Amino acid sequence: MAELSQVNAPIYEALRKFRRMRVVPFDVPGHKRGRGNMELTEFLGEDCMNVDVNSMKPLDNLCHPVSVIKDAEMLAAEAFGAANAFFMVGGTTSAVQSMIMYACKEGDKIIMPRNVHRSAINAIILTGAVPVYVNPDVNHKLGIALGMSVSQVEQAIRENPDAKAIMVNNPTYYGICSDLKKITELAHAHGMLVLVDEAHGTHFYFGDNFPLTAMAAGADCASVSMHKSGGSLTQSSFLLMGKNINADYMRQVINLTQTTSASYLLLSSLDISRKRLALSGKEIFAQTVEMAEYARSEINGIGGYYAYSRELINGDSIYDFDVSKLSIYTLPIGLAGIEVYDLLRDEYDIQIEFGDIGNVLAYISVGDRKRDIERLISALAEIKRRFGKSSADMLTQEYISPVVAETPRKAFYASKRSLPLDEAAGHVCSEFVMCYPPGIPILAPGELITPEIIEYIRYAKEKGCQMTGTEDINIERLNVLDM
Amino acid sequence: MELWFTERHTPNVKFSIKVDHQLYSGNSEFQRIDVFDSKEFGRFLTLDGYMMLTEKDEFIYHEMITHVPMAVHPNPKNILVIGAGDGGVVRELTRYASVESIDLVEIDELVVEVSKKFLPTTACRFDDPRVHVYYEDGVKFIRRCTDQYDVIIVDSTDPFGPGEGLFTKEFYGSCFKALRDDGIMVNQHESPFYDEDAAAMQRSHKRIVESFPISKVYQAHIPTYPSGHWLFGFASKKYHPTNDYNGTKWSMLGIKTRYYNPRLHTGAFALPCYVEELLRDVE
Repeated sequence: MAELSQVNAPIYEALRKFRRMRVVPFDVPGHKRGRGNMELTEFLGEDCMNVDVNSMKPLDNLCHPVSVIKDAEMLAAEAFGAANAFFMVGGTTSAVQSMIMYACKEGDKIIMPRNVHRSAINAIILTGAVPVYVNPDVNHKLGIALGMSVSQVEQAIRENPDAKAIMVNNPTYYGICSDLKKITELAHAHGMLVLVDEAHGTHFYFGDNFPLTAMAAGADCASVSMHKSGGSLTQSSFLLMGKNINADYMRQVINLTQTTSASYLLLSSLDISRKRLALSGKEIFAQTVEMAEYARSEINGIGGYYAYSRELINGDSIYDFDVSKLSIYTLPIGLAGIEVYDLLRDEYDIQIEFGDIGNVLAYISVGDRKRDIERLISALAEIKRRFGKSSADMLTQEYISPVVAETPRKAFYASKRSLPLDEAAGHVCSEFVMCYPPGIPILAPGELITPEIIEYIRYAKEKGCQMTGTEDINIERLNVLDM
Repeated sequence: MELWFTERHTPNVKFSIKVDHQLYSGNSEFQRIDVFDSKEFGRFLTLDGYMMLTEKDEFIYHEMITHVPMAVHPNPKNILVIGAGDGGVVRELTRYASVESIDLVEIDELVVEVSKKFLPTTACRFDDPRVHVYYEDGVKFIRRCTDQYDVIIVDSTDPFGPGEGLFTKEFYGSCFKALRDDGIMVNQHESPFYDEDAAAMQRSHKRIVESFPISKVYQAHIPTYPSGHWLFGFASKKYHPTNDYNGTKWSMLGIKTRYYNPRLHTGAFALPCYVEELLRDVE
C-alpha cells in the first residue's frame, strides 16, 4: 500500500469502496440505505443515506480506531501540526469537555477566562473541578470582552500555584486573540497544561498571515470547530493534542461520554474537509479575507457602523486580530446589535451569526459570493437609512465581573428554589443564563445575582436577544440556592 | 439536420426554436452567453440558456419597460438603467430629446461586447454622448446614489443567478433613495402564470410595496418568455401611472412605436382577476 499523504481521505475512500461492494445490510441503521424511510431519503438524497452506516471492519470504529479512522486521524494531526488528533462527533463542546476532563479531577483548579463558552463550565460541573476565573479585559466603547492579559494570568498563577491547567479562548467570537505563546510559556514553567478553545480558529492552521495557532504556540490541547470555518458538517470537530498529552488516555476520557455509533456522514465530512484545507487552504482563506476586508471597508464607508479590525491591537489583551471575522459595532446608528440582527433577517432575508447589545457578527467564508456580500452591505445601509435614530439611551454592553459564591458543580446539584427575576438579587444562581449565540454565560451556576445583572437580563430580553440556559423557558424566574 | 434551442419553462413544459446556426458562445465571469440565428425569430440572445431577447419580439419588452415611466414623468432628465447590456432600453431612451444623461450599469461587460457585435438592432445607441456605461454590480452602484435620478429602469434577468440582487428589498430601498422626490422606478417583474414565476413575482411585488408609496403592475404580451404573459412593476414616489398620465402630451413628442401607445398605456394596467388576486395577497 502506498504511503498516505494529504491527498488521501481514508474514511471517505473506504466509504466509496464500501458503497461499490453493495453489501447486503442485516445490521443497523434500520433504514437500510434509505429504503425503509423513503420520505427521508427523498429529502436528504440517496447518496447521503447510502453512507449512513454503522461501524464495521472495513470502516473502522471511532471508539477504538485501528485502520481507516486511525489513518485519517494521523493525517489530520499532520495537517494541523499536532502530535495527535481525534475526530469528534459531539461538536466542539465534546472536545472542550474532554480536554478539561483529561486535565482535572474533582477539586483540581483550572484557570480560565470567565467569558468561556458554556461547554467549558459544563465540564467543570461534570468533573467537579474548581474554576479560577481571570476576568477578561474589556473594550468599554465596543462593550466586548477581550483576551487574557499576561499580567492577569501571571497573577492567577501566583495565587493558585496548585492549578492543573489554564484554558484560553483563542480567538474569541469577535476575532480577538491573546498572547498565546507567552501564556503557554508561563503555564508550562509552572507545570500547568494549556487548553485552548480554538472553536473559531480552524482557518489559522491553513491560511497565510493569521494569528498564531495553539499547536504552533506549544499548547497541549486545542478544540477546533472544523464545521465553522473549515467547511465540514455541523457537529463535527477536532481535538488536537501536543506531545505531552497521553492520547490513549484521552481516548478513554472521550469514550466516557461519546456515542458508540459515530455518524459516518460527520466523519467523512471531517476527512474530506481536512484534505481540502491541506491542499488549498491558502487560496480559500485568501479569498475569505479579501471578501471580509472589502465588506469592512464598504461598511465603514456607510457611516455610523464601525467594522473593526487590527487597529484595535494593543499588544496584550488584543494581542492579535482575526481579519476573516466581520464584527460590526452598531450603537452609533441608534440600534442594538440584536436589533440589526433581527432587521437583517425579518426585512432583508439575511441571516447573520449573532447580534449582542452593541455588535453584530457576520460570518464570512469561502462559500460566500461577491453578490451576497453586496446585499449584506446594502441591507446595512438601508437599515441605517430606514431605522437609524439617535444613539442616546443605548445601554452599552458591559462585561459584568461575576461574584463566585460556590463551585459550579455544588451549585448545580444543590437543593434550590425558583424566584421571580425581580426578587432574585442577593441570591446565588444555580443555573446558566446566556444569550445564544454566542453562548457565553451572563450567570453561571454558583454566581451571585446582582441588580446590575438583572437589569442586563431585562434589557437583553427587551431588545430581542434569544436567552437560554434557565429551567424557566421564559426567563421570568431564576433557580437559586436554598440557603 | 435539425438544430433546436430549447428552454425549460417549467419542469414539465419546454419551449423550442429551430436554430439556423449559432453565432457566438462564450463564458464570462458571471454566466454563459449564446447568440443564435433562427428563421422564425431572427437573432436571439440567451444567458445561461435563458431567453433574453429575439429580434422579432424585443420591441415589445423594450418599448413597454421604457415608454411607460417616461410618459408618466413630466420631465425626465436623468435616467439610470440597471442591467440592459443588450442596449434595447438605451435605444428607446435616446429617442427622448429632453433626456440629459443615461447611466447604464451592467455587471457583465461581455454581454455589451457580444451585443454590439451580434445584435445591432438593440445595441445601436451606445455611442450617444448622453450614455455612460458602468460595469459594476447594480446593488453596489446604487448604494452610493442619493436623490439624483428621475427614472430608474431595472432590466434584470431572473431572480436567480447574477441578477438575483436586483429582486431584493435592499436594492429597491436603495432605488428609492437614489430617486428624486417625484422619481419613478420600473422593473422587469416576471410572469404570473407558472407557479414558480408567480411566486417570484409576488415576492418582488411585496418588497416594492414595502419600499414605495405607489406600487402598480402592468402587463405585456411577449411570445418568447415563459407563458408569453409578462409583467412590469411601476413604483413611484409621487405620480400615479394612469391618473397622472397625459397621453396627448406623449403623442406630441412624435416618437414612433410598434407596440406602445397611449390607449395601451392605460389598458396595460388593467390586470386579469387572478393576477390582481396574486398581487393583493402580498400587499
